[in-house]
Amino acid sequence: MLRLPAFRYHRPRTIDEAVSLLARFDDGDAMPVAGGTDLMPNMKHRLFTPGHVVSLNGIAAMRGIVAVNGTGPGSRNGGAHGGEGPRLRIGALQSLADVSGHPLVRRHCAGLAEAAGLVAGPQLRNMGTIGGNVCLDTRCTYYNQTEFWRDALGYCLKKDGTVCHVTRVGRKCVAAHSADTPPNLIALGATLTLAGPGGTREIPAADFFVTDGIRNTRRAKDEILTEIAVPVAEGRRSAYRKLRQRHSIDFPLLSVAVTGDFAEDGTVTGLTGVVSALGARPRVLAGWDAIAVGGRLGTDVIEALGERARAQCRPLENIIVDPEWRRAMVPVYVKRALRALA
Amino acid sequence: MEIVRLRVNGDERVCGVPAHYTLLETLRYGLGLTGSKQGCDKGDCGACTVIVDGRAILSCITPVWEAEGRQVRTVEGLADGTETHPVQDEFDLNGAAQCGFCTPGILCSSVALLDRNRSPSREEIRTALAGNLCRCTGYEKIYDAVEAAAARLGG
Repeated sequence: MLRLPAFRYHRPRTIDEAVSLLARFDDGDAMPVAGGTDLMPNMKHRLFTPGHVVSLNGIAAMRGIVAVNGTGPGSRNGGAHGGEGPRLRIGALQSLADVSGHPLVRRHCAGLAEAAGLVAGPQLRNMGTIGGNVCLDTRCTYYNQTEFWRDALGYCLKKDGTVCHVTRVGRKCVAAHSADTPPNLIALGATLTLAGPGGTREIPAADFFVTDGIRNTRRAKDEILTEIAVPVAEGRRSAYRKLRQRHSIDFPLLSVAVTGDFAEDGTVTGLTGVVSALGARPRVLAGWDAIAVGGRLGTDVIEALGERARAQCRPLENIIVDPEWRRAMVPVYVKRALRALA
Repeated sequence: MEIVRLRVNGDERVCGVPAHYTLLETLRYGLGLTGSKQGCDKGDCGACTVIVDGRAILSCITPVWEAEGRQVRTVEGLADGTETHPVQDEFDLNGAAQCGFCTPGILCSSVALLDRNRSPSREEIRTALAGNLCRCTGYEKIYDAVEAAAARLGG
């Protein structure tokens, strides 16, 4: 039996109300919750013990999936042009089950739909939201354990301790970014909207994550992720592949998201690959455009991209699965994802 | 203690609970509905699965306040009076329960599936039950039972 620590539960109806509740209490003593599938188990493990929990579930403005007809090309490079082009607006409170089954998401962002449909198991996808998945806490063998377990080991760098049991000597937390949807949102060029006490701001998904495993996002503690905008375009295809021990429930040991833009004759005009579950933030694989743009996505190109990815990825023992095997799977999963585009 | 009002298996229930109680703790320790099981108690095993507004969810990590104003259905509410639900009946006939600890959660996941899909494929059944762990049966007889129930329900 794992009891939750005591807290007060707040149920605001508007974003403003929620933000002011979060800002009202001391730093970290109030935390937002939506589906609760990440925060509640973490609270049961005493990884967080906020005195106040602010439920976002009553905020109608954070729901809905709609297509917006913008002007311009629907660029994945963000900035003013990407923001004005045709896009899908996804309310942060949409459940992962909703996102994975939504016809607009399946049509325009197949990789995102696949990823949302591969998170955990069906009950957790009914509960968990896409906003919560983007804000998911990093995970590590030495962190996601009960208070009793962590106490017995002497705690770790990420929570209550001074030693990293993964790197032994490192001063930097290497807990793994373990969410399925962000690699796709990055590859698709999505933009996140955050609401805070000073108003709202937009940040590209690619800039949202930092390399600190203790706190790996740029979301301030009194900010709420309210909406995700994904640019859409003709000729864009995306796919997602996830390595895990069981085909259900488990977090990824390795995740690969790819998005390609194709001309009518099949020529690649842009290609992005993002890998995650290796370190504290998803990693955009470098040098892909030089290999792929201007030609077709044939077997030799896919082979070269897979090898390129292997050279860039070095899994750690932050998940109790042989890192050498996880590394060997990098080119395999990258190639599988790319074949789904070709 | 705070007062929580729930609609469970069609009944209006009022109960005093600490503010940090989960839906599962409220069902088991507030309302005496001990059918939903406390297994891992952290969202991994599916033994606590109940149906809220038609969807299977994990009650062990649901703050009780999130169930207010919604329809909660537990394993105790699957039967129609003394008439067992076809899924319960087929679990019995197919030998789909052994130790029985996972059974209430699996019954709820199965009923939530059949309520929105009367003729699920074997693969759809496997996917719908992928969040429920069973260490006894090896799952095959469970899938058989859900298929048989679907056939009886006119799928």
